[in-house]
Amino acid sequence: MRATVGASVSRETMTWFKKRKQNLESVPVEERVVKTENVFVKCEECDEPLYKRDLEESLQVCRHCGYHFRIGARERLAMLFDEGIYEELDAEVISIDPLSFVDSKPYPERLEQARRVSGLPEAIINGTGNVGGHKVYAGAMDMLFIGGSMGSAVGEKVTRLIERAMKERAAVVIFAASGGARMQEGTLSLMQMAKIAAALAQLDEARLPFISVLTDPTTGGVTASFAMLGDAIIAEPKALIGFAGPRVIEQTIRQKLPKDFQRSEFLLEHGMVDAIVDRREMRAYIIKLLDFMMNPDIQRDSEQSTQRRSTYQYERQ
Amino acid sequence: MSEIPIENDRSVETQKSYSEEELSAFKHVHLARHQDRPYTLDFIEHIFEEFVEVHGDRRFADDPAVICGFARFHGLPVVVIGHQKGRDTKQRQYRNFGMPKPEGYRKALRVMKVAEKFGRPIFSFIDTPGAYPGIDAEERGQAEAISYNLREMAKLRVPVIVTIIGEGGSGGALAIGIGDHVLMLENAVYSVISPEGCAAILWKDASKAPRAAKSLRLTASDLYQQGIIDHIVQEPPEGAHAGVSETARSLDTILYKCLGDSLSFSAEQRLVRRYAKMRLLGTWGEREAVSS
Repeated sequence: MRATVGASVSRETMTWFKKRKQNLESVPVEERVVKTENVFVKCEECDEPLYKRDLEESLQVCRHCGYHFRIGARERLAMLFDEGIYEELDAEVISIDPLSFVDSKPYPERLEQARRVSGLPEAIINGTGNVGGHKVYAGAMDMLFIGGSMGSAVGEKVTRLIERAMKERAAVVIFAASGGARMQEGTLSLMQMAKIAAALAQLDEARLPFISVLTDPTTGGVTASFAMLGDAIIAEPKALIGFAGPRVIEQTIRQKLPKDFQRSEFLLEHGMVDAIVDRREMRAYIIKLLDFMMNPDIQRDSEQSTQRRSTYQYERQ
Repeated sequence: MSEIPIENDRSVETQKSYSEEELSAFKHVHLARHQDRPYTLDFIEHIFEEFVEVHGDRRFADDPAVICGFARFHGLPVVVIGHQKGRDTKQRQYRNFGMPKPEGYRKALRVMKVAEKFGRPIFSFIDTPGAYPGIDAEERGQAEAISYNLREMAKLRVPVIVTIIGEGGSGGALAIGIGDHVLMLENAVYSVISPEGCAAILWKDASKAPRAAKSLRLTASDLYQQGIIDHIVQEPPEGAHAGVSETARSLDTILYKCLGDSLSFSAEQRLVRRYAKMRLLGTWGEREAVSS
């Protein structure tokens, strides 16, 4: 007993450094981590760590392997327009529940959740502004909103975008990102394909450009309606693009699909897209296309013919 | 309709777990797929005269899942296009179960443009589970073929009368389904996705198809209410297969009326009306206050 006391005393006197504060609070176990979230992210393709601010600067493209991260609709539009400035349009058009559809949860709840998660009113955002000095009406789809699916509201927004462009003699640019038609609105969703295609038929006759940009992923009813009807069709690298989803095809043919099947590069090889363009070059590429397609001589000619038709339409009403 | 067998039924119990409404919607699906249901060629035989089939898309191949040809309708030269399913195993394989590949859609559009050139009305008959989901179809641009048809059919200057006679399987059906009048047989279905596919995605269980069939609102009366189709064609109580000529007669009567209506307008008027019709499709809401 004496010996123990003596040892403790001698340890005290032998200490070279003294702790000034005795009771330093220890960090609880669950908080003992180095916080790198919101500072670094790992590239989904090559696993390299990426400094988040660098990633933002490179428009969400990995500096190591060129992997294109999925991005939101508003970011898309900001990347397209001059100085990132645009006016948002048609935000008042929203989905309702025409069929009282219930899957694992009622459709109105699903919509509410989608609005909360994505922070967007609908699966597409419409905007207008200038791109390289050209007046452009642009739409960008967002996968966070029920898989970027197209229901009546998306169909209506795309149609309005096209009609506005016709009225203003402007160009249309749409960034597709979608799993296809929205099941929860049944056949009404399917009909949006017809409606948009009909509007594009008029845009085509008005000789105004539609530039379609396919991003990861673009499948189903969106691919089979407006996405493949561009005067120019551009794809981001390695985006999944197709009509039927890979799983459906595998089940139908009962074979494994080749690795690069339905990727942008596959589509380019088969003549389905004009070009694969890196996101960092996208804006410049689109401006080049617009410079080529916006021909003032043509615009004057077709302005007259459009006027003829709209006068006629007016008379009928 | 109680004698209609529900395919893939696991047990009586599974069926019992569905409501009347669900089973009734699913019965329409089964009637639409009934193996004796009249197909496009049957209606051609009953309604049209002097049918001659034409083949090929001039690009790649001829697709037997799509029938195209010239015929006479009440004496008037017209063009007929439609999906074609097969009756026996051999025929089904030959017709690819009525699932067109891109060349099928391109053939249909090519023949429709011939009709436009010579000022002849077009009758389109829809009966497909969907566009073929295969590697070759994707390689040759299934999505492009469908979307191009949608855009070009909106521009056709001649009357286009569309009838859904059996299965209206999503984009594969719509690709020849843009017209001035859209008719639908009483027991036909028209949907964005098959009930089995929908159930597999939403409930991870394809056997919940009856529930999906009801939720999707894919019957003729549902679609009439939604403003997607214009006319419903009556079938005999047991379904079209129980009285093919009877069904064809009632279809013929409505087709004749619709054609008369379409022909009463000029080409320019038809285009304006067709656009106005499609412009109204869909049901959406408008928020009062906009926050962005």
